[in-house]
Amino acid sequence: MTLETRAQSRPLLDPPIVRQAVIDAFKKLNPRLQLRNPVMFVVLVGAALTTILLILAVIGQGEAAQVALDNGVSPEAAAQASRSSAPFIFVITVWLWFTVLFANFAEAMAEGRGKAQADSLRKTRRDVMTKKLSSPQRTAKYTLVSAPTLRKGDIVLVEADDIIPSDGEIIEGVASVDESAITGESAPVIRESGGDRSGVTGGTRVLSDWLIVQITANPGEAFLDRMISLVEGAKRQKTPNEIALSILLSVFTIIFLLATMTLLPYSIYAVSATGEGSPITVTVLIALLVCLIPTTIGGLLSAIGIAGMDRMIQANVIAMSGRAVEAAGDVDVLLLDKTGTITLGNRQATEFIPVQGVTAEQLADAAQIASLADETPEGRSVVVLAKDKFKIRERQIHELGATFIPFTAQTRMSGVDLDGRHIRKGAADAIRAYVEEQGAHFPQAVQTVVDDIARKGATPLVVAENKRVLGVIQLKDIVKGGIKERFGELRRMGIKTVMITGDNLLTAAAIAAEAGVDDYLAQATPEAKLKLIREQQQGGRLVAMTGDGTNDAPALAQADVAVVMNNGTQAAKEAGNMVDLDSNPTKLIEIVEIGKQLLMTRGSLTTFSIANDVSKYFAIIPAAFASTYPQLGALNVMGLTTPNSAIASAVIFNALIIIFLIPLALRGVKYRPVRASALLRRNLLVYGLGGLIAPFIGIKIIDVILAALGWV
Amino acid sequence: MTANGLLQIGLFLLILVVVAKPLGLYIYSVYEGRSILGRVFGPVERGLYRLFGTREDAEMNWKTYTLAVLAFSLASVILLYALQRLQGSLPLNPEHLGAVSPDSSFNTAASFVTNTNWQGYAGESTMSYLTQMLGLTVQNFVSAAVGMAVLMAFIRGFVRQTATTLGNFWVDLTRGTLYILLPMAIVVSLVIVSQGAVQNLSPYQTAQVLDEIAQGDADGASTTEQILAMGPAASQVAIKHLGTNGGGFFNANAAHPFENPTPLTDLILILAETVIATGLTYTFGKMVGDTRQGWAILTAMLIVLAVFMTGAYAAEAAGTPQLEALGADVVASDVNPGGNMEGKETRFGIARSALFATATTATSTGAVNTMHDSLTPLGGLVTLFMMQMSESVLGGVGSGLYSGMLIYAIVAVFIAGLMVGRTPEYLGKKIEAFEMKIASIIILVMPALVLGFTALAVISADGAATIYNTDPPAHGFSEVLYAFTSGANNNGSAFAGLGANTPFYNTTIGLAMLFGRFFLIVASLAIAGSLAQKKAVPASEGTLPTHTGLFIAMLIGVVIIVGALTFVPALALGPIVEHLSMIVG
Repeated sequence: MTLETRAQSRPLLDPPIVRQAVIDAFKKLNPRLQLRNPVMFVVLVGAALTTILLILAVIGQGEAAQVALDNGVSPEAAAQASRSSAPFIFVITVWLWFTVLFANFAEAMAEGRGKAQADSLRKTRRDVMTKKLSSPQRTAKYTLVSAPTLRKGDIVLVEADDIIPSDGEIIEGVASVDESAITGESAPVIRESGGDRSGVTGGTRVLSDWLIVQITANPGEAFLDRMISLVEGAKRQKTPNEIALSILLSVFTIIFLLATMTLLPYSIYAVSATGEGSPITVTVLIALLVCLIPTTIGGLLSAIGIAGMDRMIQANVIAMSGRAVEAAGDVDVLLLDKTGTITLGNRQATEFIPVQGVTAEQLADAAQIASLADETPEGRSVVVLAKDKFKIRERQIHELGATFIPFTAQTRMSGVDLDGRHIRKGAADAIRAYVEEQGAHFPQAVQTVVDDIARKGATPLVVAENKRVLGVIQLKDIVKGGIKERFGELRRMGIKTVMITGDNLLTAAAIAAEAGVDDYLAQATPEAKLKLIREQQQGGRLVAMTGDGTNDAPALAQADVAVVMNNGTQAAKEAGNMVDLDSNPTKLIEIVEIGKQLLMTRGSLTTFSIANDVSKYFAIIPAAFASTYPQLGALNVMGLTTPNSAIASAVIFNALIIIFLIPLALRGVKYRPVRASALLRRNLLVYGLGGLIAPFIGIKIIDVILAALGWV
Repeated sequence: MTANGLLQIGLFLLILVVVAKPLGLYIYSVYEGRSILGRVFGPVERGLYRLFGTREDAEMNWKTYTLAVLAFSLASVILLYALQRLQGSLPLNPEHLGAVSPDSSFNTAASFVTNTNWQGYAGESTMSYLTQMLGLTVQNFVSAAVGMAVLMAFIRGFVRQTATTLGNFWVDLTRGTLYILLPMAIVVSLVIVSQGAVQNLSPYQTAQVLDEIAQGDADGASTTEQILAMGPAASQVAIKHLGTNGGGFFNANAAHPFENPTPLTDLILILAETVIATGLTYTFGKMVGDTRQGWAILTAMLIVLAVFMTGAYAAEAAGTPQLEALGADVVASDVNPGGNMEGKETRFGIARSALFATATTATSTGAVNTMHDSLTPLGGLVTLFMMQMSESVLGGVGSGLYSGMLIYAIVAVFIAGLMVGRTPEYLGKKIEAFEMKIASIIILVMPALVLGFTALAVISADGAATIYNTDPPAHGFSEVLYAFTSGANNNGSAFAGLGANTPFYNTTIGLAMLFGRFFLIVASLAIAGSLAQKKAVPASEGTLPTHTGLFIAMLIGVVIIVGALTFVPALALGPIVEHLSMIVG
C-alpha cells in the first residue's frame, strides 16, 4: 500500500518537452485557437493593434504625428515626433506578443507532458496480427487479421507471447498477463473467464497459457485509445468550475475593457477642459488594458487543467473526464471496502487462550502442528504467531509423518493426525460437535472465551486434541498502520468515511471503531450499497467509492466518483469514471487531494491575478496622464523613472509573471488537510497579500533595469 | 475632527446594531403573514386581495414573479408620466403649475418608479400637490415595497429546496407597504411635524424678511419679502427616507428647514433611511435559518460604512488650503465648526453633514442635508465611491442585498471556494456556472452604464454643453460621473452644478436608472429561481463557513476591490486629481 503521493516520474522542465513547447507556443497564435480563451484573445488583439501602431509610427504617421499636427507643427516635425515614439511602442508591442506566447507556452508545456505520456503508451499499441476465431472454441479455425480491423463482438484467440489486440472479456481460459505497458507494474497478473478478473486490456501481453477473448471495443474506442486522447488533452472539455471561472474572468476582462476604453473620451475631455497635454494614446490604453485583465490566470488556466489530469496519471489513475477529477475534490462521503483498504487482506492469529490446565505454549504447539499444512492466510498466521511468541520452530509436516485433514464444508474444521494425536481446529460449534461426538464435554469456560472474542469483532478458532479442548486462537482483522490518522485527516477535510463489509454487525462495529471510520455498513449486499449511496446523495452529498466486481457496477454507476480497479471487470470499468491502474483501493484519498488541488490552484492564481492590478494602476495612471495632470505624479509611489518606463515595466512584469508561475500551475498549489477556513486564511495571505505586494517590487526592479540599460 | 463628531458617528452605528434584531424579526413576521399589526391592517390586506382577486397562496415561479414586478412598474411609469403631463388641468394645484416637459416627465417617472428619485426639476416650482401626493409619494411607498418583495423572493431561492416557486409578488408588495412602510411613515411624519416640518395644502406664503437684502434684484432694488413654499411635505419626507427614495419635496431636500428643521429630525431621517436596510440583514439570517449569516453581512456593511464615514468626516473637518488662505477659520472650536462649511447647514455642522452624506449615498436614498457639490474632493470621492460599490453597503431597501451585498457574497464564496478546493456553496446552495454568469452580469451592468454614459456625455456636444463648472476642470467631469453613478445605482443625489434638466441628460439618466433597476431585478430573480431548484448541501468541516471574521474580511475585500478596480481610472481624472491639485494649491 502506498499512501504517499507517488514521486513525479518526469522532471518539471524536461528539455525535449520545453523545446517542443516553444515551437507550439508560436503555432498556438492561431486566432481561432485563441478565441477559446477570451482573456488571451483580448491580449492577442491588443498586440496586433500595437503592431499596426508601430508600423504607422515608423513610417511617420503614428499617433504622435497626429498630436503634433494638432499642435500646429510642420508635417516634417510631426513625422519626426512619430518616429521618435516608435521605440516605446516597439517595447510595448514586443512584450504584448510575449504575453500571448508565454501563455501559449504554459499550455504547450502541460500538453507536452501529457503527450510524452501518450507516446509511451502508443509504443505499446503496435500493429499486431491477431487470430480471429470463427467460433468461440480453442479448436475452431482462425484467420490472421490486423488488430485495428477488429470490431465489437469479434472473438479472438490469444496465446502465450501474443499481444492482446483490443479490450475484451475472457470467455474461456486462464492466463498470466503482463500489464506493465499500462500499469507500469512488472509482476504479471492472472486473468480468467468468469468472476471479477475477466477483463483484458488491449496492448497487454499474455505470458503463459491462452485465452479466448470477446472484443468489447470498436477501433479507436479501446481503453488505450481513450487514455492516449485523454493524456494528450485532445478531448479535454472544460469542467463545470472551469466554466464558471472563465465566466468570471471574462467579466473582469469586460469591466477593464470598459474602464480603459472610456479613458479615451475622458482624457480628450480633460485635455480640452485644461487646455494642457495630449489625450492618452491607444498604445498606453492597450498596455493598461492588458496589465489589468487577469492574464496571469487566463494564461495559465488551461495549463492548470491539463496538469491536473497529468497528476492523476502520475498517480496511475486514468480519469475518464475532467468533471470526475473536479468532483473528487468535492466528495463528502467515501465508501471504502474493509478488506484490502482498511484492513490487511486477511484475518490473522493474534492470541492463544488456553483452557485451565494447558499452557499457552502447549496450545500454540498443537495449533501450529494443526496449521502446518493449512495454506490459507489464517493458517499461515497461526504458524507465524506460534513462532513469534514461543519460538516454536516451523516443522515440515511430511517429516513428522502426519496426515493432513483438510477443511471441508461438511466438517468445517481442519487438522492433522499424528502418532494417534488427532488435532483439530475449527469454528466453536464444529469442535463442540466433534468432542461431544466422542462423548466428551465442551467446557463452559471455552464457550465464554469464544463469546468474548466474537463480541470484540474477532474470530475464535477452537483447538482440540482428541476429545480434549485445548483452547482458543483469536483471529483478528489487522487494521493497516497509519490508516486511522489518514481517516482523521479526511475528517478534517470534511469527508466522512464509511466502511463497507460483508461481516456481521458485531465484527464490523469493532473494526470500524479500531480504524476510526465514521460509519460502517455491515453485511453489505450490492443492493444495500446502492441504497446507501442514494440516501447520501438525497441529502445533497457527493459520494465516492471504489469497486472492481461486476456486482459493484450499479453502485459504481450511481456514485459521483467511482474508481475502478484496473483488474476489475469490464462491466465495472464501464460503470466507473476513473480507473486505478495500481488497483490500490486507498488511492481514493490521493484522488480527492488532486481534485482539491486543481480547484485551489485556479482560485489562488485568480486572487493573485486580481490583486496584482492595484500596483499596475499606481504604475500606469500617473504615467498615462503625465502631460494633462502632472499632479497625478503623486500616485507614482514606486518612483518609476519616466512615464514610458513605468508603462513598459508594468507590461513586462505582467508577461514575466506568467513564466514564473508555470511551475506552480503545473505542480499545483500544495494541499494541506486542514479545515477550510485555515486553508483560506493561508492562501489569502500567500496569494492575496502576496499578489498585492509582489508586483510593486517586481515593477520597480524592472524599471531600475530598464533605466540602467537606457532603454526608456 | 472633534470627539463630539466621532461620538455622533459612533452613536449612529450603535443605534443601527441595536435596532437590527427587533426590526428584522418584525419584518420577518410580516412576510410570514404573522405581523402583530395584523389585527389593525389585516382587514385592509384581505380587502385588497378580494378587490384585485389575489389568492394569498398562489405561488409564482421566478418568471411569473418577474413579469408581475415588471408589469406593475410599467403601469407605474405610465401613470406617473400621465399625471405630470396633465397636472395643469387637474385639481390640487394652487400655484397653477403647468404640464411638465416630456423628457423631464419621463425622467421623473423613471426616477421615482426605480426608487432612484433623481430630480432634474425643482419640486416647489414644478410639481402640483396632486402630482406630489398621488404620483411621487405613492411611488415612494410602492417602489420601496417592490425592492423588499424582490429581496424576499431572492432569499426564498436560498431557503427552498427543489422548489420552483418564490412566493406571490402581489402579497409581498401589499404586506411590505401595509405593515412596514405605512406604520413607520406615520410615526416619522408625526415626529418631524412636531419639530416644524410643514404639512398643509395651502398656497405659497409671502413673508417679510427681517433684514433687507440690498442689491438683490438685477435692477438694483432691495429685497424685502420672500415667498415660502408650502405643501404636504412631512408625509412625503418620512417615506422618502424610509423607502431609501430621497426625492425632496423641495429642491433643497433635507437641507430645507421645512423638511428637516432640527438636529433631532436630522437624526431621525438618517436613521429612517438606514434602519430598514439594516433590519433586512437580520431578516435574511432569520429566513435562511442561521442568523449569524445576517450578522456577518451587516458587520461587513457597517465596517465599510464606518471607515468611509469617518474618512468623509476627516476630509470635511480638515477644510481646504484655499479656505484657509481666504482667512476662514478651519480649526474647530467651541463656537466654530471649522473645516469646510461651504454648502453645509449651520444647524447640522461638519460631522452631521458628513454622516448624512455618507449614509445617503451608502443607502440608495440620495436625500441631502448638505450640498455634495461643495464637499471637499475626498469627501465627494467618498459619496461617489459609496454608490460605486453597487449600493451594497446597506443600499436600497431590498436592493442593497439582492443586487448588492448578496451578489458580492456569491462572488466571494466562489473565489474562496476555489481557494479551499471545493465547489463553492453559499448557505448550502452550490454556486455553479449559471449563478456565476448572472452574478457577473449584475456586477457588469452598473459600471457599463456609469462609464459608458459618462464617456458619451463628455464627448458629445449635447452632454458637454451643460457642464458649467470648469474650474478646476476636473470638477466638471466629477459632476457628470456623479450624475450617472447616482442614476445607474438608483441613488438620486446629485453634485448639481451640472445642467441636468436637458433632453440629453433626462433621457440618458432615465435609461441608466431603468436599466440599473430592472435589469438587475430580472437577473437576481433568475438566480433565485435557479437556487430554489437545488438541493441544499449539508455543511461539513470542508465547507467554508460564511459567518466568520475571515469571510467578512474577504467579502469587504471583494466589494472594495471590484469597485476600486472598476472606477479608479475615472476617479483619478475626477476627485483624485482635484484633491491633488487642491493640496498643491
